[in-house]
Amino acid sequence: MRECDLVVIGGGPAGMAAALKAYEEGIKDILILERAETLGGILEQCIHTGFGLHYFGEELSGPEYADRFIEEIYKTDIDIRVDTMVLNVSADNVVTACNNFDGLLQIKAKAVVLAMGCRERPRGALSIAGCRASGIMTAGTAQKYVNLDGYMPGHEVVILGSGDIGLIMARRMTLEGAKVKAVCELMPYSGGLTRNIVQCLEDFGIPLRLSCTVVKTHGKDRLEGVTVANVDKNLKPILGTEEYIPCDTLMLSVGLIPENELSKNSGIDLDPVTNGPVVDEYRETVRKGVFACGNVLQVHDLVDYVTEESQIAGEGAAKFIKGEKEYGGYISTKGENGVRYIVPQRINKATDKDVKLYFRVGKVFRNVKLVVKCGDEIISSKKKNKMTPGEMEYVPIKLETIKALPENGVITVTIEEA
Amino acid sequence: MRYDVAIVGAGVCGALIARELSAYNISVALLERANDVAMGTTKANSAIVHGGFDAVTGTLKAKLNVKGTALMPKICGEMNVPYRNNGSVVLAFSENEMETIKTLYDRGIANGVEGLEIIDGARAKELEPHISDDVVGALFCPSSGIVCPYELTIAATEVAVTNGVEFIRNCEVKSISDNGGFYTLGTTAGDIEATYIINAAGTHTDEVARMIGDSSFEVISRKGEYYLLDKSYGYLADHTVFQCPNYMGKGVLVTPSVDGNILIGPTALDVSDGKDSIETTPEGLSTVVERAQKSIPEVNLRGAITSFAGVRAHLASEDFLIDWSAQSERFINVAGIESPGLSAAPAIALYVKDLLKEKLELSEKANYTMTRKAPVRFRHMTKSEREALIKKNPAYGRIICRCETITEGEIIDAIHAPAGARDVDGVKRRTRAGMGRCQGGFCGSKVVEILARELGVEMNEITKFGGESKIIYERTK
Repeated sequence: MRECDLVVIGGGPAGMAAALKAYEEGIKDILILERAETLGGILEQCIHTGFGLHYFGEELSGPEYADRFIEEIYKTDIDIRVDTMVLNVSADNVVTACNNFDGLLQIKAKAVVLAMGCRERPRGALSIAGCRASGIMTAGTAQKYVNLDGYMPGHEVVILGSGDIGLIMARRMTLEGAKVKAVCELMPYSGGLTRNIVQCLEDFGIPLRLSCTVVKTHGKDRLEGVTVANVDKNLKPILGTEEYIPCDTLMLSVGLIPENELSKNSGIDLDPVTNGPVVDEYRETVRKGVFACGNVLQVHDLVDYVTEESQIAGEGAAKFIKGEKEYGGYISTKGENGVRYIVPQRINKATDKDVKLYFRVGKVFRNVKLVVKCGDEIISSKKKNKMTPGEMEYVPIKLETIKALPENGVITVTIEEA
Repeated sequence: MRYDVAIVGAGVCGALIARELSAYNISVALLERANDVAMGTTKANSAIVHGGFDAVTGTLKAKLNVKGTALMPKICGEMNVPYRNNGSVVLAFSENEMETIKTLYDRGIANGVEGLEIIDGARAKELEPHISDDVVGALFCPSSGIVCPYELTIAATEVAVTNGVEFIRNCEVKSISDNGGFYTLGTTAGDIEATYIINAAGTHTDEVARMIGDSSFEVISRKGEYYLLDKSYGYLADHTVFQCPNYMGKGVLVTPSVDGNILIGPTALDVSDGKDSIETTPEGLSTVVERAQKSIPEVNLRGAITSFAGVRAHLASEDFLIDWSAQSERFINVAGIESPGLSAAPAIALYVKDLLKEKLELSEKANYTMTRKAPVRFRHMTKSEREALIKKNPAYGRIICRCETITEGEIIDAIHAPAGARDVDGVKRRTRAGMGRCQGGFCGSKVVEILARELGVEMNEITKFGGESKIIYERTK
């Protein structure tokens, strides 16, 4: 069986950043396994710009952002297998994968980085009544058809869900000559970035209908139309508000699910809110030597933050392989009052640096205080003008604060009235 | 060419009849209006092999159900079709319903169902730990099972085609003229001549019969809506869990599928919006969930991966109609095949063969097969089997559908099989690619690519299920 210091599962932005960071930290025996034909992950089909503003200080397209990392990887002797699917990660870090050139691969790894990304929530999970016609697809699938394969997925489009991919695709389809008739959002606010609502919808005069959903699809072979309706406070359709919109395509942008089948089958604990593994400040899962980063851990809003997070995981994996990762007791973290979750879910008391706690809120908040506490003791308090579910937030925790906290302590991040 | 027999409709009955007839020295055409087999009632039903205690004693339904259920393990074994003898329970929630259970028990005994047992609530809970605490007793039927109805149909068609049956898809029968001694069927695939016709057109059997002047029956299309839950909910039920039947059907059931998912449904609603309406409705879907929760309170829509509806062909007579038409000596109707039609299908095929034998000489071919080799199922293989397989053909090393672990090799096999897949849904039914929790989000476009390559057409010519069900349009500029 092949042996390897570090196996990285997934060659998207997360996997690449983790691999490069571990390499920089002195781990040279690294293997990246990627199921697509190229490195780059979902960035390859994201041909719009807006990537890299934070990390590179310039505006790049998805493939350009990915290329920065791909080029770095090719400068190293990191081993890469593309078109290769990982089937299993065993409890003792044996990774089983297969492809059509090596056949079945088994690699015993000292450490593993899980960087499988996320997938889109499909139609079935929504229970929209109606037909079985073609023309109902996730926004990401449509994006692949138009940007990578070069085919029009439809001409008259309704988009359900105002997540970022849905917003981006509204603009993309319009630029390709399709008519985007509406973007419907079940919630009273958009799930996407404000800049995308402005640049992708408002600039093109595409209506965003909030508190509105698709209640039925129509058509025998190809989709012919959808019925939309407004929803009440309990998100139930309001009788009498139904409206029929003729269209040949319904694109769904209704949420992303971290792709954790491998983690689950491997017996790694997941957080029921993020649907990603429970990790410590170095993004090490509850299994020693297995790390997770990027959208497999939590769905990010910006790839720049994926890169940052993955570098933390890469550094952690390098420390682990070198035997330098210290373990003490754990402090756990917890979100309250509209803070839906915290990543990392726990912090090693023996850690050696400051920690950022990432989270998302469950609804729109204006003019509130973001308070971090341990028991009754307030660690920090900061005024926030606005927080929305579409954008990731973080609060920093100083190393000396962590060191001063009691073992088994709980850090709570909460929202209070300003 | 004039066929001895034309079978109209490649559902489970048409395909199994074709398989039976393919053993004999006659020429047979299997005509299907859709782009694939199993596209009507067969593709969307409860997939249950019923014990046989529901149908009224003495009816054809009762007789063929019990016989078909007994035959099912054998023919599934011969063709490597997934079948599991999981047994079933009918739950009673009141003493009143226990009376119904008693009636079903007596009827089952009269119908010749073996192993039936009336059990109390505690024993029912032992068999199925997740059922409601309100269950007071149940009928336990160890002989019932579950099967994959479309795979059964696909396999039967493959066997038939291997033995020389001509499968003609996109072939909707529009008219039939009797030339005295033989028929000409006017179809969307051109004129077809046949001496005998077997009318197995599902919800359209009455229309096909009328084409020869037989208006002795009318098919009522009855819709049933279902939810399919993710495999992670598979623990909810091991047996098929029924409720006491009412006048519209067998109530809502909760059952495992042969693939390990949980299926809940159906509703039963006479269809008013066209015979083929398989639209789901908000009311129907919420009814399914409410009623399923009555049996198993833990049923939860968070686990739903898809919902669908199917239509079944109901006759006012409440029984199957399988007989020579009174209008013709060369025309057999196979009509009203609603539940337990799937269970009965193997027996229906034999019954139709025997009918035909009355008029047409059936002599066995020198060479034929009733078996189908098991398709490659990478997901069920051991490590060494996988290694050997990929070595033999590297296409089995390329995984296309990650949720169900389906390889490119399996998809290619499905396309090139006899009567193989021509569209995305056809690949899905044959291989399970796209049937997992992401519902084709990742592999859908790859399947389109493989279909286009293997069939030698452009990607935008590939459909979801034939007709105008295009997936993508013209090239971008």
